[in-house]
Amino acid sequence: MLNPDSVGRTFAGTDVITISQSEIDAFCSVIGETNTTIAPPTFSIRITLSQYESILTQPEIGLDWSRLVHGDQKFEIITPIKAGDALTCAATIENYRVAAGNEIVTVRSDLHRGADLVISSWSTLVVRA
Amino acid sequence: MIEVGTVLPERIFFIDRAMLTSYADASGDQNPIHQNEEFAVSVGLPNVIAHGMLTMALVGKYVSDFAGGAGHVLEFGARFTKPVIVAAGEKVDLTVSATVSEILDGKISLTLSATSAGVKVLGMAKAVVRK
Repeated sequence: MLNPDSVGRTFAGTDVITISQSEIDAFCSVIGETNTTIAPPTFSIRITLSQYESILTQPEIGLDWSRLVHGDQKFEIITPIKAGDALTCAATIENYRVAAGNEIVTVRSDLHRGADLVISSWSTLVVRA
Repeated sequence: MIEVGTVLPERIFFIDRAMLTSYADASGDQNPIHQNEEFAVSVGLPNVIAHGMLTMALVGKYVSDFAGGAGHVLEFGARFTKPVIVAAGEKVDLTVSATVSEILDGKISLTLSATSAGVKVLGMAKAVVRK
């Protein structure tokens, strides 16, 4: 079970993640995108989901990642990601509830390039009972 | 002429196991339910299922193409209502269409539809673009 005290907490990523052209190329290739000068709209999930996993599975937070399904996903793109971008990711646990034994967590990710917000996204993650 | 109520042309993407492997590598999501049939069945799924985010990435391509490029996509969201089931050796469809729901300050809102094998796989799917 998720520790309810963690709701509202923001976890500022300390690592700077530098995006390579080959990462963007690989993502574009799967969906048939030929313009690889910017990343596709959902590319940032590559960064965000692994950040969520490392944060939410910490013992003090306590989410069981192995029974997790993705409920919904939303992106607000201020500036598209490009190769060479050095990004930091801050994750906030915005909401948590239990329904029919399922744990439902809403997590927000803010990706910054320096001081500039690049993409905000929201994920609802469901841990099945 | 794009106006509220305009229905955009349908497009069909095809998803197979090779695409799931490529997407797992490209996204970093190596959950075995998307690649290993035995594992998928062991956790109660009918077969290997596509990553919900792969479905969304393909719908994102549809939105990008309408908008004139990925750089014109401002907002994009969806709920994962049903899985896209991908049997070995098969190509399954992801059929995407959209209706213009709002035009405001140069921004166009789309209500998106995505089905596979006739089943609606995304709910509340919406995008906002600036063409």
